[in-house]
Amino acid sequence: MGPRVGMEVSIAVSRAVQLARAEAIAAYPITPQTHIVEHLSSLVANGDLEAEFVNVESEHSAMSASVGSAATGARTYTATSSQGLALMHEILFIASGMRLPIVMTVANRALSAPLSIWNDHGDIMPERDIGWIQIFVENGQEAFDHSVMAFKIAEDHRVLLPTIINLDGFILTHVVEPLEMLEQETVDRFLPPLTPYLKLDPKKPVTMGAFALPELYTETKMAHQMALTNSYGHILEVWREWGELTGRHYQPVERYRTEGARVLLLLMGSLAEVAEVAVDEMREAGQAVGLLKPRLWRPFPFADLRAAMAGADLVIVCDRAMSLGGAAGPVLAEVRSAFYPLAQRPQVLGYIVGLGGRDVQPQVFKDIVSHALKEIEQGPGEEFYLVGVRG
Amino acid sequence: MEKFGRAQSQKFDTYASRLLPREEFFTSGHRSCQGCGEALAVRWVCKAIGKDAIIAHATGCMEIVSSGLPQTAWMHPWIHVAFENTSAVASGIEAALKVLERKGKLSGAMPKVVAMGGDGGTSDIGLQALSGALERGTNFTYFCWDNEAYMNTGIQRSSATPYGAMTTTSPPGKRSIGQRNWKKDMVAIAVAHGIPYVATASPSYLFDLYFKVRKALETPGPAYINVLSVCPTGWRSATDISVRLGRLAVETGVFPLYEVVDGKYRLTVEVPKMRPVKDYLKPQGRFRHLRDPEINFIQQHIQANYDLLLQKCQSPFPEFAPVHIPEVGPR
Repeated sequence: MGPRVGMEVSIAVSRAVQLARAEAIAAYPITPQTHIVEHLSSLVANGDLEAEFVNVESEHSAMSASVGSAATGARTYTATSSQGLALMHEILFIASGMRLPIVMTVANRALSAPLSIWNDHGDIMPERDIGWIQIFVENGQEAFDHSVMAFKIAEDHRVLLPTIINLDGFILTHVVEPLEMLEQETVDRFLPPLTPYLKLDPKKPVTMGAFALPELYTETKMAHQMALTNSYGHILEVWREWGELTGRHYQPVERYRTEGARVLLLLMGSLAEVAEVAVDEMREAGQAVGLLKPRLWRPFPFADLRAAMAGADLVIVCDRAMSLGGAAGPVLAEVRSAFYPLAQRPQVLGYIVGLGGRDVQPQVFKDIVSHALKEIEQGPGEEFYLVGVRG
Repeated sequence: MEKFGRAQSQKFDTYASRLLPREEFFTSGHRSCQGCGEALAVRWVCKAIGKDAIIAHATGCMEIVSSGLPQTAWMHPWIHVAFENTSAVASGIEAALKVLERKGKLSGAMPKVVAMGGDGGTSDIGLQALSGALERGTNFTYFCWDNEAYMNTGIQRSSATPYGAMTTTSPPGKRSIGQRNWKKDMVAIAVAHGIPYVATASPSYLFDLYFKVRKALETPGPAYINVLSVCPTGWRSATDISVRLGRLAVETGVFPLYEVVDGKYRLTVEVPKMRPVKDYLKPQGRFRHLRDPEINFIQQHIQANYDLLLQKCQSPFPEFAPVHIPEVGPR
């Protein structure tokens, strides 16, 4: 297989974008996404990547320029974080509504106020309903792999949806990890050049971004919903092909030591590796605890999740974002609605951890499990628990 | 083109109009209001642009009247994304064309990149994206359809609304004259970016407009054209005098026609004897509430601005040092 290297994860992501032969990159600096676009811009400056790097004046324009370049038929990539993602908000819906296969890395970071440059999922969760494919990764290798695969998924004519790869800011972006790279020829075989479904071309003029009257708007939303839910099978196809190519297999809901587990922790992103340590320790102590790691956030893998929880009495969802004034965290709400229609469903409790870069040690997960077990014995308590919050 | 006085322009209108393209790129059947000066401008600008172009359009009147699914009035490849970001979309289009050309993926001529928006989408909400695209040297031409207010949403004031004008959010009243400030000078703002071509134009001076469009497109780098677009609905004027009102705007000095090439100002339509500004204000209901002293005040301002413009045109010095950055080759 490809060469093994020690590399900062941000550099690995930009290497993936280079290997994917991205053609148009529009980006605006925001911590902790900067290393990715800095490296890409130097690859372009040195002629190591045949691409145009557009130094836009805001993230709003980064996404707008990306819409323009994708609509013109160039393979398009961008990256952002936090406030930048929030500033893109308006155009994110338009990119997916226009079915443009843009690939974006979101280096997850907390949203202001108060301003925080550190990691949580508070930036991506408000963007839950933008109609993009959204994937979470938990380490550098996954970040590299999914950054390449995202192009193939997004550009598939049966999919044609923009795709976000979420990786935790600093915890992943700024960490050097051992990684397996792929050779250019391997990636070229895996990922053919982009064939645009439609493009802005004087030889065959099309109107893009027309408006819809009430007679048509609902139908466009249904078509979008169908495209997104149907993308599930095509995503899995691409992951399978990658698995055969690299030996690294990915599932919509990853399981860790779930055999015979009565209690399942569930969380997304890099904290899963910390939770694995906790699960190992609890298993050693004789507790039947396992871990579920949804990788696919949109389209949400309802069936996989229902299959994965079979036999468990308690699912503990650890969110890294708050749904202020609502149902604890966004992941909790999704998981509860996945289980609610089932005749036999586990109890689902919600915990919020690691906001704004707050460190989470394995012991935190062990404490959460024993707290949750006490909770269900005593009957319904709080709607959710904000772990480690000081009064 | 060079000396295009009014008399010559009219002569040319009479004898040479058959030289202009007959092909339509902004087709009939769109839903613009009766007497829309903007639709007229778009139609002729699109003719001048010719076939090989891609257009990005901001949300606004021209977008909404022309692109209701599943219909379109646009024969060009055309994209609408949002209100404030048209220049950024154009930047993306330009970037894609550049890289696709380098990779040999473009067959045929490199299309011209064109962006269009109303005065709100240009001088208010779209100013940041426009400034970014101009500063980056994007090779595109930007057209501002300047009808001097947010007409699409129901005639609200913008920064391009002239002093004294009545709009639904700058109504005259006991404590209000209407719009309280002078119109934002978008041409000067564009020129301040040091771009090679900036101009004002009007569909009432068709040939002047036509040649400016050609010149802008053929100039490498960013070009900006501010097109006065008479709006009978918003200006409360008769629908059969739109072209005449456009002429009056020029003849009264309210909207002089000029261009700025590499920072050098030049009047393209000279007005030998200026008409009083009252002639332009009178036919418009949006200025109906103005009294003589207020009209005189506007007259003074128009005259002062016009004198300043003449000074700029007569100055031997350009507004900036016109040194173009060469394309970077291998180094």
